[in-house]
Amino acid sequence: MSAMNLRRWLTALCLALFALVPVVAGVFGQPFLLDIFDRIMIISIAAVSLNLIMGYGGMISFGHAAYLGIGAYSIGIPAYYGYYDAALQLPLAIAASALFALVTGYICLRTRGVYFIMITLAFAQMAYFAFISVEEYGGDDGLVIEARSRVPAGVVDLESNVQLYYVVFAVLVGALYLVHRIVNSRFGLVIQGAKDNDERMRAIGFNTFRYRLTCYVIAGAMCGLAGWLLGNFNNFFSPEMIAWTRSGELIFMVVLGGMGSVFGPVLGTVAFIVLEEVLSGFTIYWELIFGAFLILVVVFVRGGLMGMIAKFERPRP
Amino acid sequence: MSAPLLDVKGLTKSFGGLVATDGLDLGVSAGETHAVIGPNGAGKTTLLAQLAGQLRPDAGTIHFDGADITGLSAPARSLRGLARSFQITSIFRDFTVLDNVALAIQAHAGHSFRLWQPARRDAALRDPAGAILERVGLGGRAEVVAGNLAHGEQRQLEIAMALGTRPKLLLLDEPMAGMGGEDSERMKAFLGSLKGTCTMLLVEHDMDAVFTLADRVTVMVYGRALACGAPAEIRADERVRQAYLGDEEGV
Amino acid sequence: MDWALLVTQILNGLQLGILLFLLAAGLTLVFGIMDFVNLAHGSLYMMGAYFCATLTYALDSFLLAVALSVPLTFAVGIVVEVLVIRHLYRRDHLDHVLATFGLILVFNSSVHMIWGAAGNPIPLPEFLDGRVELLPGVVIPVYRLLIIATGLVTAGAMYYLVQHTRLGMRIRAGASNRDMVGALGVDIKTLFTLVFGLGAAMAGLAGMMIAPITEANIGMGDDILIVAFVVIIIGGIGSVRGAFIAALVVGLIDTMGRAFLDGVLKVFMTIQNAETAAPALSAMLIYILMAAILYFRPQGLFPPKNR
Repeated sequence: MSAMNLRRWLTALCLALFALVPVVAGVFGQPFLLDIFDRIMIISIAAVSLNLIMGYGGMISFGHAAYLGIGAYSIGIPAYYGYYDAALQLPLAIAASALFALVTGYICLRTRGVYFIMITLAFAQMAYFAFISVEEYGGDDGLVIEARSRVPAGVVDLESNVQLYYVVFAVLVGALYLVHRIVNSRFGLVIQGAKDNDERMRAIGFNTFRYRLTCYVIAGAMCGLAGWLLGNFNNFFSPEMIAWTRSGELIFMVVLGGMGSVFGPVLGTVAFIVLEEVLSGFTIYWELIFGAFLILVVVFVRGGLMGMIAKFERPRP
Repeated sequence: MSAPLLDVKGLTKSFGGLVATDGLDLGVSAGETHAVIGPNGAGKTTLLAQLAGQLRPDAGTIHFDGADITGLSAPARSLRGLARSFQITSIFRDFTVLDNVALAIQAHAGHSFRLWQPARRDAALRDPAGAILERVGLGGRAEVVAGNLAHGEQRQLEIAMALGTRPKLLLLDEPMAGMGGEDSERMKAFLGSLKGTCTMLLVEHDMDAVFTLADRVTVMVYGRALACGAPAEIRADERVRQAYLGDEEGV
Repeated sequence: MDWALLVTQILNGLQLGILLFLLAAGLTLVFGIMDFVNLAHGSLYMMGAYFCATLTYALDSFLLAVALSVPLTFAVGIVVEVLVIRHLYRRDHLDHVLATFGLILVFNSSVHMIWGAAGNPIPLPEFLDGRVELLPGVVIPVYRLLIIATGLVTAGAMYYLVQHTRLGMRIRAGASNRDMVGALGVDIKTLFTLVFGLGAAMAGLAGMMIAPITEANIGMGDDILIVAFVVIIIGGIGSVRGAFIAALVVGLIDTMGRAFLDGVLKVFMTIQNAETAAPALSAMLIYILMAAILYFRPQGLFPPKNR
């Protein structure tokens, strides 16, 4: 019996539950379930991508939500001019996010520690203000996306909520598998080595900057893809949805779920969004409880949910 | 005589007002074991950091294997065959012992933009890494997380990683630092076994090890080379005795 | 070019710069000495504004309210440091970021609970409410001059404190070399608490200064905090002098960009394009400046020496 078993089972169980949500929502007539889990899965993809750079690469990016915005505006802006084709919007979302990651990462990754955190934050804020100040695309008020991305007939129809749900599900599974492959590959070991001891990595012959920058770009593109899904799901996007506090929430989800485990961020996102839903239904001052909870988690729970689960996994004699 | 493998000319580095390396000349021939000794604060570690590329010199040149490497980065120097071990143990503490050495091998096995195949099942990396661990005597500890090794074992791993890069020149910064008697003897024997297979520049305080292992010894004081010669010459050198060895009875 | 407008905008830029300095000075010291990332610094700015608003109504005097609110935010800073912050100094930056992010939520929600969701305006006394003609054609509110003066006096006091007092010597020693402070036998715990309180008081003062113009509202510190980060990054973490210079530069560039960039762009492109591009570009200007400076000096203009 492998020590990984419990976590593997849990991963499979969670994904199976996600897959069943539309059925349950249909049978019991609870469409809001579909909405919540759509959101959970989309934000999960963003969290999984953040985990790749933060959990495995030690790059604490406080600006990850910006890519959600870039991805969403890659639907909104073409749609504003009447271009609805997914074949344009999807590559645009990924390419624009990757480009933003490349340019900002090139500067951010020259710095370390506190500087890195603050600079990623500042660049994301730059994107936020840029979106706000362009009146043409809605400015402060945001942009209504009149139609979802159009895919050739017969493939999928994103206007169908259930079909969109399964597209999101497929992307999540794909993202998880991709990150799983990456972190165990040669490339992934380089990223983790650079997190552990960058000077040593350079001394044994790795130009770590290139690898870290590449990783940063991959994570940005993946989050841009999540943004594309988010725009399609919401049919609306406002700069408020990428305010820097959103990036903070993403970090929290990753830490809550457990950094450096591929599936952890998904658990963190589920816990975060469910808690938010429950608490906000209970009191309008839910952020007070939530903030206190966050502080307590930081002080007492180390290793996140996945770390707690790992403790139950001691192989029996 | 052919050009030395490592040829350092006029190397100078200062921090604020403190001159750590002061117009240093140094040559290491292929195949030799060259020891650098000197009192604390003589600038030995600063010298190694400049040779391996962690620090940039203010002036002077470093030629290695026929090429000027003064302006090259640390990874570029490593790829040319220059390896360094650190005085303060520098390993990947979260990785297993085998992972540590396999990474060193991976660094010299083409680029690492390979994002798909599992690296830990790659025999091209794992087998040579395992062989090196056997050589340094860590064969039985391959799957231990490096941070959990005993101090002496971490020092061995430090050398194993440097060897993993298949260096032409091995820069060793006090490989016996902090080691007890038995560990220290074993390390000395191991370094002795490396002699001839690998050129070494050895910075070490253990005089017994230095005079046993070294073919030539350079004495550094205040960032300068005070003397350079065979161990016997150095022992006999009056200036060296005064400046450095004089206070150590029985050398 | 309209010179009166230019002078007015320079004064506006100075005012923004001064406010940024008040925020950034505390942040940069906390970073420099304790290596601590405090996202909740903006919350102390907000608390200053709310205390001042309430006290202005209760006492019917803005100046008296300010005089009382400064020690109040100092006290809040001390309480936060003792309850939460001090348990995290030994943790990594990620834990700092998360815990202080939690603090922001707690602060915003508490303010919501105590003062309600609507903003609290602060009425100015009559003698501050007027305008004055500084130069022919340059008419600016008296209150803005007061902000600039207050900021300069605070910066001067801060300079004196850091350069010429025993506490200041310890702060400088700590900012340039953390390990040394311990070696000097300084009571680090108290020093940290004091510095944190001091930073809180200055942030609170900045909040009090701005509130009569914008009113006190929830989350008012969250966005300006990021600009204060930009200031610190440009100035070099731990450097009060760097923070001062960078704050003025950022304040001036941001204000000037918003005021004049569309005019400049119209020289190069069509009026319509310029009017679309100018707001976005001027919003991005300080970040572009930051990126440019970091490209050449990854540690900012006045980097710490021994790190």
